[in-house]
Amino acid sequence: MRVWNEFIKGFIKENPTFVLLLGMCPTLGTTTSAINGMSMGLAATVVLICSNAVISLLKNVIPDKVRIPGFIVVIASFVTVVDLSMQAYLPDLYETLGLFIPLIVVNCIILGRAEAFASKNGVLLSIADGLGIGLGFTMSLTILGSVREILGNGSVFGFQFIPENIDKVLLFIMPPGAFIALGFLIALVNHIKNRKAA
Amino acid sequence: MSDKKKKLESTFLNMFVVLLAISLVSALAIGFTYTKTKPAADAIKQENFEKAIKQVVPEFDKLGEKKEVDECVLYTAYKGEEVAGTAVETVSHKGFGGDVQLLVGFDAEGKIHNTAVLSIKETPGLGSNMTNPKFKDQVNGKDPAEFKLSVKKDGGDVDAITAATISSRAFLDAVGKAVEAYKKGSN
Repeated sequence: MRVWNEFIKGFIKENPTFVLLLGMCPTLGTTTSAINGMSMGLAATVVLICSNAVISLLKNVIPDKVRIPGFIVVIASFVTVVDLSMQAYLPDLYETLGLFIPLIVVNCIILGRAEAFASKNGVLLSIADGLGIGLGFTMSLTILGSVREILGNGSVFGFQFIPENIDKVLLFIMPPGAFIALGFLIALVNHIKNRKAA
Repeated sequence: MSDKKKKLESTFLNMFVVLLAISLVSALAIGFTYTKTKPAADAIKQENFEKAIKQVVPEFDKLGEKKEVDECVLYTAYKGEEVAGTAVETVSHKGFGGDVQLLVGFDAEGKIHNTAVLSIKETPGLGSNMTNPKFKDQVNGKDPAEFKLSVKKDGGDVDAITAATISSRAFLDAVGKAVEAYKKGSN
């Protein structure tokens, strides 16, 4: 049951994007379309699960004072290994995802979960936490990407439903649109949460 | 390390040994992955390159010798004894996220036949739209002598990618270099 709870909390209660406000850089930078957002989320999820598992295993052998450099080396290595393997064995996927992989190293969700969760809990719980937070992140980025793509380009997942010759709100594809869309989505999530609590 | 339940103390020796061990294992893991994936990655690169050449020059039977001009590499493609076209591997350092590597193909008359993006590190969703035919096909079939290879903002003939003028300029910079190299190389 505990495992399930750790998994499910990533979606709403501790959603990394809308509630914890972690990993804002990749969130704002890559959500120009739904597919980009989802790709970034999934790539981060894989690394998050691996790094959580390893850090949970290593938690007792890493002295406290050097834990951060230790975590970062582990995370950066995973990212590089994933990057290289994908380039060689999944070239088609790499073509769409490749640009995002190096960005994962600077995603503070990964380090954040390592520090806040994996370094204090067992392997199974840490994997559940990584999976939940990762998929919550993926879900949030997909929603944000969809909103921006719909408003800015009149399409969703590349499917064009507003004809090309009609002007769209281009601002939403550009960086300011990321902040505006994210702000409104956070407000919406908070509104729903407050209502539930009342 | 006899008692695994307890955290290791942060003594200098412990910190040194643990960080060294982690870095060593990580380095080994990366090195191992690199050597394991290198052949496969190279094969894919070669395959993509061949595909790109086929895409950018008119139909051909065999590739001639490659010739290096400035930063570019020229590949002449022959159909029988006739020159079918020339593919030029070119690069611009003016990209937003790094170098922009292109393959630009010319037909026998020196018009741009087609282009292919070999590698870019531009912003996903903005500069990466360089691969979109709507943008890159603007130079196809154009004679570089009468077509201005710059964005409309700079007085040229090309519509820039929305919100990615720098990437558009880098693309055209690379195409321009290819044109120069082609002119020099074919004389």
